[in-house]
Amino acid sequence: MVSPGPAIGSTSGLSGLLPELEVIRKDFPILERTLAGGMPLVYLDSANTSQKPQVVIDTMVDHLERHNANIARAMHQLGAESTEAFEAARDKVAAFIGAPERDEVIFTKNASEALNLVANTLVWAGERQIGAGDEVVITEMEHHSNIVPWQLLTQRTGATLRWFGLTDDGQLDLSNIEQLITERTKVVSLTWVSNMLGTINPIAEITRKAHAVGAIVVVDASQAAPQLPIDLAAMPLDERPDLVAFTGHKVVGPTGIGVLWGSRAVLDQLPPFLGGGEMIETVRMDVSTYAGIPHKFEAGTPPIVEAIGLGAAVDYLGHIGLGAIHAHEQAITAYALEGLQGIKGLTVLGPLDAALRGGAIAFELDGVHPHDIAQVLDSRGVAVRAGHHCAKPAHARFGVQSSTRMSSYLYTEPREIDALVEALEYTRSYFKLD
Amino acid sequence: MTAHGTDRNGLDALYQEIILDHYKNPHGKGLRDSATGESAEVHHVNPTCGDEVTLRVHLKDGVVEDVSYDSLGCSISQASASVLYDLVIGKTVDEALAIHQEFLTLMQGKGNVEPDEDVLEDGIAFAGVAKFPARVKCALLSWMAWKDATTQVVAGGEDKS
Ligand SMILES: Cc1ncc(COP(=O)(O)O)c(C=O)c1O
Repeated sequence: MVSPGPAIGSTSGLSGLLPELEVIRKDFPILERTLAGGMPLVYLDSANTSQKPQVVIDTMVDHLERHNANIARAMHQLGAESTEAFEAARDKVAAFIGAPERDEVIFTKNASEALNLVANTLVWAGERQIGAGDEVVITEMEHHSNIVPWQLLTQRTGATLRWFGLTDDGQLDLSNIEQLITERTKVVSLTWVSNMLGTINPIAEITRKAHAVGAIVVVDASQAAPQLPIDLAAMPLDERPDLVAFTGHKVVGPTGIGVLWGSRAVLDQLPPFLGGGEMIETVRMDVSTYAGIPHKFEAGTPPIVEAIGLGAAVDYLGHIGLGAIHAHEQAITAYALEGLQGIKGLTVLGPLDAALRGGAIAFELDGVHPHDIAQVLDSRGVAVRAGHHCAKPAHARFGVQSSTRMSSYLYTEPREIDALVEALEYTRSYFKLD
Repeated sequence: MTAHGTDRNGLDALYQEIILDHYKNPHGKGLRDSATGESAEVHHVNPTCGDEVTLRVHLKDGVVEDVSYDSLGCSISQASASVLYDLVIGKTVDEALAIHQEFLTLMQGKGNVEPDEDVLEDGIAFAGVAKFPARVKCALLSWMAWKDATTQVVAGGEDKS
C-alpha cells in the first residue's frame, strides 16, 4: 500500500521549514555518514539525543588544545582563560532561557542530576523541607527521571505522591486540579513537553494554581528547551516556574552537562547538595559556610569543556532562532503525522494536532513489535527509538507495553520522513502483514 | 518492495524463517498448572525495552515436566521462549542445563560460535541474533527466567531433604 501523504519531491512547498535547511544540515558532519550497506543516515532519534554542529565540536577541541586549565582555583593565564570561557557559557545559557539572573544558572551533569538535586535538597533540613503530611504532585506522562526522585523523596519523608492523570488524547487531565493542588501541596513537578506523547503542557496555568497555595513548581524542560522559545524573565512571576531543568545533549550540546535554573529566592532556601571544593565560603574543622549561588550547588571540578560546548550549542540555536526552530519542528511534525497515519495498522499515541505537540511521535504498528520495527528500519539507515522511552507509566496508561518513536530536529528534512514512511511500509511487507 | 539488496543488510540472517514461524505459532505458550511436579514461577523483565515474561517450571523426579509462560515482547524473545519449550521438556534437569549452556554460549559468541544442531535443533536459527548485540538480551530473556525458576525448584527440594 502506498501512503497517501504528499509524494516525494513535492515537499518544497511545506511552509514553516527553516529557509536555510541545506546550510544547517552542512553544519552537522554526522548527517553525511553512510551506514552498513551504503545506506545514508536518516536520523530520527533527536529526542533521545541530538546531533552536534561543527561549531560545538570545534569549540570543545579548541578549548582542550589551547585553553585547558582548572577553573576558579588556577592563578595563571590559562586558568583565567578557562574560567572566563566557563562563566561565559553560563551567560549564554542564561540568555538562552531568559534567566532573570545569570547566577541562577547551575551546571549539573544532566537533567536527571538537576531533578535529583532538587528532590534531595528538599528532604534535608531547610526552609523548604518536606515532611509527613505534605504532598508532591507529578503527572502520569513524566520521564522516569522526573518520577523516581520524587518517589524516593516521598518514601524518605512520609510525604504523599499524587499524580495528574491523562486524557485519552494524551493531554494532562486537569479536571481534578482543585483536588490535586491544595494547601498540602509543597511541590508540583511536571514536564513541559512529553518525550513520549509530544504533548505541550500548560505550564503557566498550573504554576499559577501551585503558587496560589504556596507550592513551588519544578519543570522538566528536557524536551522543551530544544524546540520552544523560553523567556523566563518575560513570564509573570505567578506563572514562572521556580526551578527548570534541562539536559545539554538534547540542545545540540555534548553529554555530561545539564542545567538547573532556579529563582534566587528558592535556591537560597535550599541547603547545599554535594559538598566539596568550590561550593564553600570557608571550611573549619567544626563547621563550614557555603558559597552563594551558583557555586553553592557546584561542588568539585565541573564538566568544564562540556559547559563550554553547551555555551556554543545554545549560541548556535539562538542564532538560528528558537521561534524558527519551533516552526520547523511543527512543519515536520505535521508532515510526519500525515505520512504515518497513512500506513495501514499504524496508531499514533498522543495529540494528532501538530500545533499541540513537540517533535516526537510515538506509534504502534499492528502485528509488529517495536524492536522488530526499529531493527528493520535500522537496516535501511533509519534510526528511531523502540521501547518504553523511560515513560513506563504513560505507556501503561494507554495499555501499550512499548512503542516506536520518531523524533525530528532542526536538521530534519521532509525527505527523511518519506524515508521513514517507506521503511515502515517495507517493514509491513517484510513481516508479511497483508 | 522486497528488491532492496540481496542480504537486506543482514536482516535475513536475524529473522530466519524458523524464528518467524515460532513467533507466529509459539509452542507451549500460556501459563499452566496441569503438571504435578514441584514448581516455581518467576517474572523477568528486560529493563531497556520493557519486554516481560512470566515463566513457570514444573520438575518431576529430576525431569522437566512442563515449562509454561506468558510473555510480551518482540519476535526474537517470543520465538526463543517457544524454542526453549521444545528443547527442555522431557529432559533431565542436568541435560536441560547443558542445553541452556550451549544456547548461552551461542548467544554470547558474537556470531563466531558454530551451533550444534543435534543439541539446539531449531535453536540454531538464533546464530544470526548473536551478531546483533542489542538483541541478545531479547533471545535470552526466557532462557534466563527458565534457569532462575529451575534453580529455585532444585534449591527448594534440597531445603526439604
Ligand atoms: C522529558 C525528559 N526528562 C528527562 C530526561 C533525562 O535526561 P538525561 O538522561 O540527560 O538526564 C529526558 C531524556 O531522556 C527526557 O526526555
